[in-house]
Amino acid sequence: MHTRTAGDSLFPALEPLLEQVSKPIQYVGGELNSTVKDWDCGGDVTVRWALMYPDAYEVGVPNQGSMILYEVLNERPDVLAERTYAVWPDMEALMRADAVPQFTVDAHRAVGDFDVLGISFSTELGYTNLLTALDLAGIPLHARDRRDGDTIVIAGGHAAFNPETIADFVDAAIIGDGEEAVLMVSDHIAAWKSEGMPGGRRELLLRLARTGGVYVPEFYDVTYLPDGRIQRIAPTEHGVPWRVSKHTVMDLDAWPYPKQPLVPLAESVHERMSVEIFRGCTRGCRFCQAGMITRPVRERSITGIGEMVEKGLAATGFEEVGLLSLSSADHSEIADLTKGLADRYEGTQTGLSLPSTRVDAFNIDLANELTRNGRRSGLTFAPEGGSERIRKVINKMVTEEDLITTVSAAYGAGWRNVKLYFMCGLPTETDEDVLQIAELAKRVIETGREVSGRKDIRCTVSIGGFVPKAHTPFQWVGQLSAEDTDARLEKLRNAIRADRRFGSSIGFRYHDGKPGIVEGLLSRGDRRVGAVIEQVWRDGGRFDGWSEHFSYDLWMASADTVFGASEWPIDVDWYTTRDREESEFLPWDVIDSGLDKEWLWQDWLDSLDETEVDDCRWTPCFDCGVCPQFGTEIEIGPTGKTLLPLTVLGAGKAAMAEAHTHA
Amino acid sequence: MARRTPEGPPPPLAVQKLRIRYAKRGRLRFSSTRDFARALERALRRAGVPMAFSAGFHPHPKISYANAAPTGTASEAEYFEISVTERVDPEAVRVALDEALPPDLDVLEVVQAGPGSLAERLEASVWRLEMRGVTVETLAYAVERFLEVEVAEVTRMFKTGAKTFDVRSAVVSMVATESEDASCAILQMVVRHTTPSVRPDDILTALHAVTELKPPVPPLVTRLAQGPLLTAAAGVADPLAADKEAVGS
Ligand code: B12
Ligand code: SF4
Repeated sequence: MHTRTAGDSLFPALEPLLEQVSKPIQYVGGELNSTVKDWDCGGDVTVRWALMYPDAYEVGVPNQGSMILYEVLNERPDVLAERTYAVWPDMEALMRADAVPQFTVDAHRAVGDFDVLGISFSTELGYTNLLTALDLAGIPLHARDRRDGDTIVIAGGHAAFNPETIADFVDAAIIGDGEEAVLMVSDHIAAWKSEGMPGGRRELLLRLARTGGVYVPEFYDVTYLPDGRIQRIAPTEHGVPWRVSKHTVMDLDAWPYPKQPLVPLAESVHERMSVEIFRGCTRGCRFCQAGMITRPVRERSITGIGEMVEKGLAATGFEEVGLLSLSSADHSEIADLTKGLADRYEGTQTGLSLPSTRVDAFNIDLANELTRNGRRSGLTFAPEGGSERIRKVINKMVTEEDLITTVSAAYGAGWRNVKLYFMCGLPTETDEDVLQIAELAKRVIETGREVSGRKDIRCTVSIGGFVPKAHTPFQWVGQLSAEDTDARLEKLRNAIRADRRFGSSIGFRYHDGKPGIVEGLLSRGDRRVGAVIEQVWRDGGRFDGWSEHFSYDLWMASADTVFGASEWPIDVDWYTTRDREESEFLPWDVIDSGLDKEWLWQDWLDSLDETEVDDCRWTPCFDCGVCPQFGTEIEIGPTGKTLLPLTVLGAGKAAMAEAHTHA
Repeated sequence: MARRTPEGPPPPLAVQKLRIRYAKRGRLRFSSTRDFARALERALRRAGVPMAFSAGFHPHPKISYANAAPTGTASEAEYFEISVTERVDPEAVRVALDEALPPDLDVLEVVQAGPGSLAERLEASVWRLEMRGVTVETLAYAVERFLEVEVAEVTRMFKTGAKTFDVRSAVVSMVATESEDASCAILQMVVRHTTPSVRPDDILTALHAVTELKPPVPPLVTRLAQGPLLTAAAGVADPLAADKEAVGS
């Protein structure tokens, strides 16, 4: 056996494997704007992070959150951060055969050599991939089995807002914005190292837990009632808080990351440069966890955005810029921004896109602006609910008239296909509500044919099952079972197909109800679900977000085994389709997202009454609790500034011009 | 109803065509042709090369690729052509483009295109295979056996299904030499470009079939050159020579 020093490159061992796997480029790193630092860049107190996005490289590499943290950490001279992704099963098999551990793609260092493994969980369906990575890295699967010198495993991202489901496997979870939090953790590690690592990993975890902003599951004891509900979750150590706070970054202009977005050679799901134009959303859609947990709204200024676009394009050469957020058209200066950018980049073959826009006519103007010289192929809207009634329940304040006005403007402006997104299984929903989607789609086509004067316009209905999430007004509600979801979708499909006049112009795309049940189990699970994840993983479960890898039967069989052997009357239905009472202690109650539990319950009652709630950006604060809890406030424009014209691209041209033509 | 056409003026015309040789080295030998194409388009934008674009709703930069080496093989001699809308100094483009591409994708030569087609000049390639774990004696013996046969067929999967074809006739020359490392012999060969193209791994498959030779680890494969086949010296000439002469004259 040869010996390896910490931080050595594994590339020589990896190279022969690369010859035998699909898409080897995803494992070699070397992306434009990637960083490799000296293993000892900070001397004895160097803090080393391996950042993982627990899905395939092609999905993970463009992830904004991970890219931001990678850059923020690497800017610190005494910290280094490298990236690692889930390896495909073909690679996993070869790595096991050759005893090659989980590696980072930057310098091909062993993940187990790093101080911290920081995992970004945007979705719960990445949990089994975490176990593969831990196992390949040689890090004990269970936090309780880890010893001094073992890598500390920290989870972040939206799914970490309920960290209890993965409590067995993570040492800590950090909730909310990561920019400042990862630097805070780095400071603690550096200080602890410089003191000679007193008390080992336990002491370090204690110090982190005592900041009040790091949840360390090991320091909390869960007790259960005989019926399986949680009695309470209580800290076991002195100074560890009852509830752990989320982190909120204020003044996004001060955090213009990523400044140097990664540009992979390999193809990825997001082939463009992204600039986050604001964070948070207070539209108040009741199903939307992302909106609830990222409050309050914090806008980046128009000039800040202009600068990020300019620098980012220069650093990457991307041909398209996405102006991202949870509801991009809501930026207070969106019209000036899109016009300013469209003017700046006119004639440079640079595309602009504005995903996540709402249904209103104003957004058609925006869309038209963005496609000034381009093709108008498809526009996407998300009414989410089919009937007026259900849209009131979910607080998606769009009337059928709004929608029809919007789509007719779209078809009138030359758009050919309108995509409509919906959910099935919303609270209080009946077959009627869902069948209303067919009626809506028909009206859309009818209107579209009228205004465009063409028969070949299309509308695509895309629909998936609703999964209730933690920290939302629907956190108490029973999820619709997979069977009922599928039955409802089948009725909808038949209703669309059966229509002679319009049916052939309406596309229908749906996701069956089964993956939603697993997602539901994981998103509202507690510590006892960890054993199910582990069982699934041991029986070969991987890449659960990929339909070709996902196995519902495997999940159900594992859950039966694990819950069947438990001392409580719990099963998958208990976690998913069961309605909870207001007083029930929820597993994620240990996490303080700022949202007042009483306000959430009130919002749930309002939902049942079909009472709508306004947006606190334009109407007075409706006391969701976030701002007073964390001393934050809404940060929005308008700033009144505009984007000045700029010589943006091709600045290098002059240097290239043929010398004698200028003589 | 009339088809929608893009508004605004038609794209500027191409005024100059450049031929470019680059190398694919180190770990970036694992990049595919598509990977390179994406990286190149972005690098051209970053470098500010005044690219000519096709007309239409989805304008594409005018780039044509010639005979790229397969994923996993390194190369010192890959070629493509671009068209630009303003006259440029080829050496300045080389420097700028090399700077804009990731390390290990290295732009080696940029010349103004002379008359004639580049693709047609790429008649054959010189390949060098580092056969790790194979001694020069074993390799020399295998080469001798291989050169004796007249036909060596291999079967490979194509998009259209499995195809069986002869690789022996494409091999113009093949020699085994030693390297500094006694456990690693070097296989160098000149292979004619045919259809279907005979790749180094096809030849390895054939070598295995004919002589049982099977390296314990996959060899490191590098394309050293490609160009017009020199029948006399059994090598290839510089495919850009004609372009360089045209400029010089
Ligand atoms: C809003 C959103 C979008 C928006 C905007 C994206 C954006 N702003 O980045 C739009 C509409 C553009 C979008 C597009 C897509 N998306 Co999207 N999107 C989301 C969503 C809801 C929120 C992402 C977000 O706000 N990002 C902003 C960044 C800054 O925040 P962040 O990633 O959460 O990271 C911060 C913190 O969480 C924290 N943090 C994160 N990780 C860690 C780790 C540690 C250790 C710590 C301490 C902290 C920490 O720090 C970060 C900085 O503050 C997520 C789901 C989710 N709940 O996260 C899906 C999600 C990421 N998207 C997804 C997908 C699939 C896509 C698409 C590929 C869809 C498609 N098929 O087209 C496209 C991508 C590209 C394209 N072709 O357009 C999937 C990814 C699935 C997967 N397997 O991982 C997700 C998870 C949704 C889902 N459940 O399916 N998306
Ligand atoms: S506390 Fe008030 S202002 Fe702040 S996000 Fe909640 S509702 Fe909006």
